[in-house]
Amino acid sequence: MKRCITSALGVAGLLVLFGHAALAQATATDPSAAANVYVDAPHNWQMWFTTAGSPMMVKIDWLMELVLWIMAGVVGFVGVLMVYVFIRFRAGRNKVPSTVTHNTLIEVIWIVVPTLLLAVIVIPSINLIYYEADDSNPYLTINVTGHQWYWEYSYPGVQGGLDYTSYMIPDNQIQPGEIRRLSVDHPMVVPAGEKIKFVITSADVLHAFYLPSLGMQRYAIPGTNLTQWTIIPKVGTYYGQCNQICGVGHDAMPIEIKAVPLADYLNWVKYAQANYQ
Amino acid sequence: MTATTHDHSDHLHEAHHQKGFVERWLMSTNHKDIGTLYITMGVIGACVGGVLSVIMRQQLMYPHNDIITSGAAWNAIITAHGLIMIFWFVMPALIGGFGNWFVPMMIGAPDMAFPRLNNMSFWFLAAGFVFVMIGLLLGDGAGAGWTLYPPLDNAQYSPGMATDFSLFSLHLAGISSLLGAINFIATILNMRAPGMTMHKMPLFCWAILVTAFLLLLAIPVLAGAVTMLIMDRNFGTSFFEPSGGGDPVLFQHLFWFFGHPEVYIMILPAFGIISHVVSTFSRKPIFGYLGMAYAMVVIGFVGFIVWAHHMFVSAISTDSKVYFEVATLVIAVPTGIKIFSWIATMWGGSIEFKTPMLWAVGFIFLFVIGGATGVVLANAGLDQELHNNYFLIAHFHYVLSMGAAFAVFAGFYYWIGKMAGHPYPEFWGKVHFWTFFIGVNLTFFPMHFLGLAGMPRRYPDYADAFAGWNYVSSIGSIISAVSTLVFFYVLYAVFTSKESLADNYWGEGATTLEWAVPSPAPHHTFEDVPVIR
Repeated sequence: MKRCITSALGVAGLLVLFGHAALAQATATDPSAAANVYVDAPHNWQMWFTTAGSPMMVKIDWLMELVLWIMAGVVGFVGVLMVYVFIRFRAGRNKVPSTVTHNTLIEVIWIVVPTLLLAVIVIPSINLIYYEADDSNPYLTINVTGHQWYWEYSYPGVQGGLDYTSYMIPDNQIQPGEIRRLSVDHPMVVPAGEKIKFVITSADVLHAFYLPSLGMQRYAIPGTNLTQWTIIPKVGTYYGQCNQICGVGHDAMPIEIKAVPLADYLNWVKYAQANYQ
Repeated sequence: MTATTHDHSDHLHEAHHQKGFVERWLMSTNHKDIGTLYITMGVIGACVGGVLSVIMRQQLMYPHNDIITSGAAWNAIITAHGLIMIFWFVMPALIGGFGNWFVPMMIGAPDMAFPRLNNMSFWFLAAGFVFVMIGLLLGDGAGAGWTLYPPLDNAQYSPGMATDFSLFSLHLAGISSLLGAINFIATILNMRAPGMTMHKMPLFCWAILVTAFLLLLAIPVLAGAVTMLIMDRNFGTSFFEPSGGGDPVLFQHLFWFFGHPEVYIMILPAFGIISHVVSTFSRKPIFGYLGMAYAMVVIGFVGFIVWAHHMFVSAISTDSKVYFEVATLVIAVPTGIKIFSWIATMWGGSIEFKTPMLWAVGFIFLFVIGGATGVVLANAGLDQELHNNYFLIAHFHYVLSMGAAFAVFAGFYYWIGKMAGHPYPEFWGKVHFWTFFIGVNLTFFPMHFLGLAGMPRRYPDYADAFAGWNYVSSIGSIISAVSTLVFFYVLYAVFTSKESLADNYWGEGATTLEWAVPSPAPHHTFEDVPVIR
């Protein structure tokens, strides 16, 4: 399956090179095909995050590991204590129960130690909140609008404007190289390595703009603009899905983002203006 | 009815024998009969909610499955599953059921403070169940999820009466809870036997008292939010309509101002039951009684000031995120006090692993796992990744499907002899525990992996990459369903048993007042007021 994808992508990559040579024929090939060389999607039996595609996701992954290791320690400690108690103090072995019901020292310890553990978590955690909130100085702003049941992307900053819709490819029209339930007809295309700001809203009900491999999620709320940002250093294709119940098509409005080199992105804008709108 | 009754209650037995079925069960003012009605409601709710969950897991067993072909049907099922499990299983079983049965007995009161009000609160709940079932079955069904977020459930996007029925079902369940809460508060504060000071009161009564205050403060907020939704749907207001100057985010605040205390409303009574079971089967008094009682009070209080942690990816300011994250993490401390105090209660004890104790220690360990993932989810920065995905589903099923539900079963096996007068079959009780333990862990542990991989909740179909763990999870749900059949055999065995039980069939470890009355507890207890030393 994977090999099949890569070879199909190789061909597409070649086509892109030709696309460069003949800029005038922008309609001939999709200049975003460079992103097909690397696909960052979940795989079966996965037990951890999908490969981090953004610096934000790297930080989320790090904090998640920290918190989970601490909590695994707590769960393990409680588990060991319980097993010890079950063996040592079972009725067959300890016939006369003790009558101790207080021990001030130990009661203070089990208040203070958890508090200290929480303090260890809370400092990097608060730093992460402020890091995630810093959407200043983006290279590009994209307006994302949720609809029942598709996404609308608009690039207010590009010359001539660009506004198009992105629908899931129905199950019965999936082509080789596409992923069922994740691939879309018109992906969002962004320049790799640049800071992108998303301004997210909805035209009808609540949706959520959720990209697990980039560590991004915001509700799309009618009447409200929420922001989110990312940088995608690696040229490739990244996937997400709507994550707030929005009616009967809730599971049928995925998100596909292609990060491409800046030159390809600029070509793609012209291509999309000609073909997507 | 067995002949093992005390002298003073003989004439009362006659009195209750004279009542016909309708008078006894439909017009009851007796806390035990009403408790039985609540437990029956809980069993019915658990069956309906459980069948819905098995249908959901069957659909999710394979990608591109076709058991449920309509998205509307799917959404109606997930909505009803959530509402029914919360309002018609966990709450009636723990609060209305065990609370009604045992709070008056534990404090040495003859009945609840307001017996007719008690009857009324049950029948409001029963009517609510009819409404929520209509909401599930009428037309396309109510399909906005149990969180009911507008605009999805406004008149434009959820036309039809089904959503109105579901909203009104919450009003009915809410009135029921509110009346019940008032009754419990009045009973516990005013009707304790002489000598039973607040600081001598059993922990289950403390748990119900704190729960009742949470209900009293949270339910009116839900009622307000639901009323505004109904007004938006039917009378042209726009409380939550951006086009009319309203705000969908306001609903989220109101809903979670109720919704987060609701979590503790479901788990505090469970804490109370676990304390009694652990103490009884360790043959030791509870360790750190005052700490245990006030930990629940603190959890109840802090539970009211953390609601927006459900909204970390919604419209919320950065500084608010920091506050709500820190406040949420604080809850881990009093919860830790409870966990460690239970272990300290067992420490040095003489532990017997009868069925109720298995459920109780199962509760403690699985609740710790659910609590650990709760600490993870409290981190606002991580919620961009984890909010609303299967990691969250795993988390709240560990604290509810394993926490609250295990406590329901612990309470059932602990008290069924006192309620029915016959013992349960120990072997089948243990079979029930182990099969359920394996089933629910197999169902919900893989959901952590699905969440880490990024699978969103409330999806009837998913990308093929999520197929493996979904399959394992669905197998687990089949095992849990079979386990529930074992439970029904246990129920059958209890009610067909000819064996009778002593007053205190657990022995010296069981010290609360319900063990001083016969098994089954006579229709009226404490005609003569007991005096607590």
